[in-house]
Amino acid sequence: MPTVTMTVNGMERSGTVEGRTLLVEFLRENLGLTGTHVGCDTSQCGACVVHVNGTSVKSCTCLAVQADGADVTTIEGLANGAELHPMQEAFREHHGLQCGFCTPGMVMSAVDLANRNPDPSEHEVREWLEGNLCRCTGYHNIVKAVRAGAQAMGGGS
Amino acid sequence: MSGNGTGIGASVKRKEDTRFLTGRGRYTDDINLPGQLYGHILRSPVAHADIGGIDTSAAMAAPGVHAVFTGKDMEGVGGIPTGWLIHSKDGSPMVEPAHPALALGKVRYVGDCVAIVVAETREQAKEAANLVDVDYRDLPAVASIEAAEANGAAQVFDEAPGNVCYDWEVGDRAATDAAFENAAHVVSIDVVNNRLVPNAIEPRAAIANFDPATSEYTLYTTSQNPHLVRLLLGAFVLGLPEHKLRIVAPDVGGGFGSKIPHYAEEAILTWTAGRLGRPVKWTCERIDAFKSDTHGRDHISTAKLALDADGKFLGLHVTTKANLGAYLSTFATCVPTYLYGILFAGPYTTPAVYCEVKSFFTNTVPVDALRGAGRPEATYLLERLVDKAAHELGMDRVEIRRKNFVREFPYQTPVALQYDQGDYDATLDLALDASDWAGFEARRAESAARGKLRGIGISTFIEACGIAPSAVVGSLGARAGLYESGSVRVHPTGSVSVFTGTHSHGQGHETTFAQIVSDMLGVDFDAVDVVHGDSAKIPFGMGTYGSRSLAVGGTAIYLAVEKVIEKGRKIAAHLLEASVEDIEFENGSFTVAGTDRSTSLGEVALTAYVPHNYPEGLEPGLEETAFYDPLNFTFPAGTHVAEVEVDPETGEVELVAVTGADDVGRVINPMIVAGQLHGGLAHGIGQALMEECVYQDDGQLATGSYLDYTMPRAADLPNFSINHNTTLCTHNPLGVKGVGEVGSIGIPPAVINAVIDALRPLGVNDMAMPATSQRVWQAIRQAQG
Ligand code: FES
Ligand code: FES
Repeated sequence: MPTVTMTVNGMERSGTVEGRTLLVEFLRENLGLTGTHVGCDTSQCGACVVHVNGTSVKSCTCLAVQADGADVTTIEGLANGAELHPMQEAFREHHGLQCGFCTPGMVMSAVDLANRNPDPSEHEVREWLEGNLCRCTGYHNIVKAVRAGAQAMGGGS
Repeated sequence: MSGNGTGIGASVKRKEDTRFLTGRGRYTDDINLPGQLYGHILRSPVAHADIGGIDTSAAMAAPGVHAVFTGKDMEGVGGIPTGWLIHSKDGSPMVEPAHPALALGKVRYVGDCVAIVVAETREQAKEAANLVDVDYRDLPAVASIEAAEANGAAQVFDEAPGNVCYDWEVGDRAATDAAFENAAHVVSIDVVNNRLVPNAIEPRAAIANFDPATSEYTLYTTSQNPHLVRLLLGAFVLGLPEHKLRIVAPDVGGGFGSKIPHYAEEAILTWTAGRLGRPVKWTCERIDAFKSDTHGRDHISTAKLALDADGKFLGLHVTTKANLGAYLSTFATCVPTYLYGILFAGPYTTPAVYCEVKSFFTNTVPVDALRGAGRPEATYLLERLVDKAAHELGMDRVEIRRKNFVREFPYQTPVALQYDQGDYDATLDLALDASDWAGFEARRAESAARGKLRGIGISTFIEACGIAPSAVVGSLGARAGLYESGSVRVHPTGSVSVFTGTHSHGQGHETTFAQIVSDMLGVDFDAVDVVHGDSAKIPFGMGTYGSRSLAVGGTAIYLAVEKVIEKGRKIAAHLLEASVEDIEFENGSFTVAGTDRSTSLGEVALTAYVPHNYPEGLEPGLEETAFYDPLNFTFPAGTHVAEVEVDPETGEVELVAVTGADDVGRVINPMIVAGQLHGGLAHGIGQALMEECVYQDDGQLATGSYLDYTMPRAADLPNFSINHNTTLCTHNPLGVKGVGEVGSIGIPPAVINAVIDALRPLGVNDMAMPATSQRVWQAIRQAQG
């Protein structure tokens, strides 16, 4: 069985996996990072989004071996100690979460958008979140939060 | 009650958010127990079949497999019970067939549990399940209401001839018939309420454990009501006493009704853990969730409204057929009856209302509550019919509603409910204003100039929340009480733990309930924590559904706080050497009236736990529990307006504006209330424009994944305009009503009325849900001949 090594939230982590082990399984089961969620089996819901080398990836659609050597950030790695990341803070401030299950994927996806587009319009946010399902919020406050979070992340820096 | 800071009425940021935002939520699938095994549930791939036999030997021999159990192994274990006994018109009880947790002799829907395979790893269990050889001997299936009631239809249960579970009625039939005899106009309508799949984003999961040292079972499960699961699983299925069965519903990723029922998997897992003496974990995959989470809605109805020459409603007659699926889920039978038929007065003074409901078994997933549960079905029918009446009588859609509003309270409807309070004109006016109803024709013209058809639609509705009181629901067939418990423990140093029998799976109880307690006790918001979801920690509870948590559970907490204050006054009187009658409590201080002599809640609490100088005869400690059984339902009400633009070339419906004007009673946390409204609106819009669960005639589920079942996504929805006009509930001390289901109840008819309004110029007068572009395009083509 292959061994994979990757940097996860700034720390080097290794583990033995099967060829078919998904990145999300490696994170949740081998590393115990249960913040990344699984909401579907057809790559539709986005609850599993993490960053691989700085871009958002559905970790249910990526094999652990594909991430070998990569730099992975999960929701657990976003905050700076007790200080929330600006996108996390914006979700809190604007009530962009209810049950919290879609939230890690939403936040990770939103950070990637903000990195590309520091001041996304409402329309751009809604289009970007095409791959993230939320059943609780009706998206209204998520959209608000993502726009505010993007601005707080540096308004273009 | 401050309205600012962290008190009642303030948009306090949620306590629960930090853990969810940092990935530290603890959902069922995040929990792992030492030595756990993994269970895979083998499900029926066919809708209806006799089981000729099951050969488990190959699966047993597969790597890592510890056990394979089938229905035969669980024979003798109680079946999955249902929570509400409905009686038919003729007084006979409903047909209540056995529901074995693992199918016994027959499978009755695609997804029915056939076996559990337990192995060292998830993959091993799943792979071994492929080796279980089941001899299915196919039987003809009935996958719809029409098929179930057809002459010579296949029988889901031998004991249910014609596949009928019950044939129920409410209201005065003779009085309603008489109203039609005297009517100047009769308007009728046929509507289908489309079947939906709830789709909480967290799939169901469970881990069961048996501890031989204490003979105690623990079940972690994705439930909206852990005590209810304990009651049903313990008393009815496994025969375990309450003190040996602990149910924990930790963080739960959305429910919407689909996590109310006690599911077969919970019983199978718990029983299996007992047999094997090892923890067993199961996580539902989405593909299995589609065919095993209870579905919602699925009605076919016909109704007629009698009106006088001026458009006053005289009588309403509703005939509904409801699909219950293959087995009776926990609240399946009351959803199309006591949560549906009794809603048909709506906000109107219709003096005679009669509703009859025939419910059918079919070879489909069991149907149970889904956000709104019965009330969206009733509201959709009524508000479509009222719009149709306005059209046929040539009346204004708003005026016909206004002409018929209830304005005197309390108001006794002809279908059992008594509305305590409301102001339907106020929410209507607010909605008309906020949606710029008056300016609509200009917008219509502007759209027309671009070749688009614009329409606006309205619905005025009431809902009934916090179903109660227990004695009444008991007399109607409920097999449980519908009260709630709340406990408030003031710790020696003045921090507070609150224990509630409701369960929060997105609603923010940890915040809202803490606001109530901190406001009432005058303690810091951060010093109050709310505990829920664990039968070992909470005295008792009926859980969260039917928008009951604040009105029933919040009131129980309120009453427990009052008891704490009452006891505190006795201790304070002793400390201040005054008489109890003279002690006032405000902002965390007990004061002797008219003096500046006071003591704080903290000192009183410390005294209660260190009772050296203490009133004689008073028990130490400062902890109180209250059980609250409401006197009545609560009646949120409102007006929803939807505005759409239809592309006549493609049939595509764009939802351009959504306005809600709601009376949900006193608002504790406006931010959370708005979020609940948003979510409900999105759910209702999903039903109106996108979502439809489709079965093929052979009982195969055609919409079994997110690839073929359309979920509302961010780009499908606009921002929502949320507005409030508040009247207070008269029979609970906080004046609160409920908000979780409002959106999914009020908005679907407004959306469809808007689509019809847009299409009327083309001669289209009817539209079914969901109004997909295909359906709209077809309607346009048909109307144009
Ligand atoms: S788990 Fe649904 S997209 Fe990855
Ligand atoms: S917050 Fe519950 S699914 Fe998004």
